[in-house]
Amino acid sequence: MAGILIIAEHRQGQFRPVTLEAVAAAEKLQASSGESIAVAVIAPQPAVFVPWVSVSAVDEVVTVTTPNAEFDPDVTGTAVKALIAARKPSVVLMPHSVDSFGVAPAIAAELGVGFATDVFDLRYDGGELVATRAAYKEKVFVEIDFPGKETVLLTIRSNAFKPAGGTGQPAVTEISVPGIEPRTEHLGWQEPPASGGIDIPGAEFIMSVGRGVGDEANIEQFVELAEALGATLGCSRPIADNGWLPKARQVGQSGKLAANCKLYIAMGISGAVQHQWGMKHVENIIAVNKDADASIFTVAKYGVVGDMFEIAEELKAQAGGN
Amino acid sequence: MKILVPVKRTASLDDEFEMRDDGRDVDADFCEYDINEFDEFSVEEAIKIKEAAGEGTVEVVVMTVGPEDADEVLRKCLAKGADRGIRVWDDALEGSDQMAIARIIAKVVEREQPELVLTGAQSSDHGFAQTGIALAGILGWPHGAVVSFLEYTPGAPSLAFRRELEGGLEQKASIPMPAVLTIQLGINRPRYASLRGIRQANSKPVDELSHTDLGLTDDQVGEAGSLSRIRRMYVPERGRSEMIQGTPAQQASRILQIIKDVRG
Ligand SMILES: Cc1cc2nc3c(=O)[nH]c(=O)nc-3n(C[C@H](O)[C@H](O)[C@H](O)COP(=O)(O)OP(=O)(O)OC[C@H]3O[C@@H](n4cnc5c(N)ncnc54)[C@H](O)[C@@H]3O)c2cc1C
Ligand SMILES: Nc1ncnc2c1ncn2[C@@H]1O[C@H](COP(=O)(O)O)[C@@H](O)[C@H]1O
Repeated sequence: MAGILIIAEHRQGQFRPVTLEAVAAAEKLQASSGESIAVAVIAPQPAVFVPWVSVSAVDEVVTVTTPNAEFDPDVTGTAVKALIAARKPSVVLMPHSVDSFGVAPAIAAELGVGFATDVFDLRYDGGELVATRAAYKEKVFVEIDFPGKETVLLTIRSNAFKPAGGTGQPAVTEISVPGIEPRTEHLGWQEPPASGGIDIPGAEFIMSVGRGVGDEANIEQFVELAEALGATLGCSRPIADNGWLPKARQVGQSGKLAANCKLYIAMGISGAVQHQWGMKHVENIIAVNKDADASIFTVAKYGVVGDMFEIAEELKAQAGGN
Repeated sequence: MKILVPVKRTASLDDEFEMRDDGRDVDADFCEYDINEFDEFSVEEAIKIKEAAGEGTVEVVVMTVGPEDADEVLRKCLAKGADRGIRVWDDALEGSDQMAIARIIAKVVEREQPELVLTGAQSSDHGFAQTGIALAGILGWPHGAVVSFLEYTPGAPSLAFRRELEGGLEQKASIPMPAVLTIQLGINRPRYASLRGIRQANSKPVDELSHTDLGLTDDQVGEAGSLSRIRRMYVPERGRSEMIQGTPAQQASRILQIIKDVRG
């Protein structure tokens, strides 16, 4: 057993707290394996991020200094491969983020280590590491193992583990990795389009429509319904991708977090994990979906199995009368 | 110039479904199949590059690793304007994880020598988000994941694109060719196939290959060539909503009551 290694994430000079969720996942494994936990910080000035990862569960912080500030899969990949070769960890954890989409599979392919993505639970079963993920629109769970693999690389779903906390005093080790060569030229950032006054993060009451709405021509009646109910209209990604509603209304991982929402009505939304990311914390969720097995019903407090158009018409008729 | 677009036939579950006898997947009788949603966008992006370049400059080759039934997804791409297809399958490929699939696609890349490979960012059935970047790792090619905008002039030595990150922030970047990109939903508006396109698709060639045709050995594919193994698949016990029963009118009135209770 040679320890658990976590790869810290940062962007635009900011530490990404999802890193601490991966530390929490490591703590869960440590409870049965007793292995030490190290966090690797790969950055031009890694010392900046050391305090952020110095939580009580972390025994050691390993720093690698890189030539460039922003994510380059070749830089991260070279560093992580060198760390795995040097430390031979039994488990390597990364957040299941867009940056790790861009590098984790290449590392696994090149090293031939065990590999699974979007993992939300893990445990040892008689010495065998077992990772759990979901499939088929979250309708089933899947247990994965890694026969014969000495090192296993996993990416950890966000919001699955509560971020590790407390203050620790980990040892800090500098490791120099030769041969780091960026191949990606960072050309800058593009911020999401201006919200035009739409305030999903601030709204207390949101009604969102998903692909169940079927057609652009059907959007208008939900715009009117939201207005009649006093709700802010939100949507799932395909609706924004189609240009049926502005991107500023998109709830989810690549859209907005419904941060202040108290009541969320999801109409014709299946409940993909990226959509849930933006809304599953809301205390009162009402889901309307014609599929009784839709995973949105596992996060909703109230559910209606039915046709969103029928329900919408009734809501409009009854609310109008108030 | 050649663009290779690997596409996947993905499954969605019927309203009622049962597990396979070995408990490691859903029984295929309860699945409906279609092309991976993400691949609609990567195919469209390839065809757009081809059309912008003018007659005869760019060839779009679509490929899939899958049994005979997977031909239908290749035909769908051919109907939209891809030039030809490749399907790789034989019994030894059963049980391959995405790493083994990436290894097979890498062999097709060696054979076809495309300048650009466009995969989907992830698959809509299993959501692995592995294959494209694993392929890039095997090939040693520059790569970019979750691409939401792409600008490429055939023949240019590099390619500029944007990656869509959390919160809708995008990173603008450029990489040298040849390259692998994984394509995000919404990068374009995929077209529908025309009737003429559907007719033409039937006369476009689809090559069938086995792993040995590609120079792969038995231990490089299937479970032996994989980095993970499915132990079991199951329907989890989970908390469920309180279901609101009744007619739509009754259901709506209950929803309004909840709104009133929460909003005060
Ligand atoms: C990196 C990345 C980031 C992403 N970010 C986001 C994000 O920020 N937000 C987001 O939403 N998605 C995001 N996605 C996409 C996500 O994975 C799903 O594809 C998307 O959420 C599906 O939207 P949906 O539920 O509206 O559509 P579907 O999954 O197609 O579901 C439609 C639902 O409508 C129901 N339905 C159909 N007709 C009716 C009817 N008449 N009445 C009632 N119900 C009906 C169906 O039963 C089904 O459950 C992201 C994906 C990736 C890879
Ligand atoms: N069996 C397959 N045949 C061809 N391409 C595939 C296959 N499986 C996955 N892919 C490619 O990988 C993408 C999805 O990645 P993943 O989520 O890792 O399965 C798809 O959009 C395809 O481009």
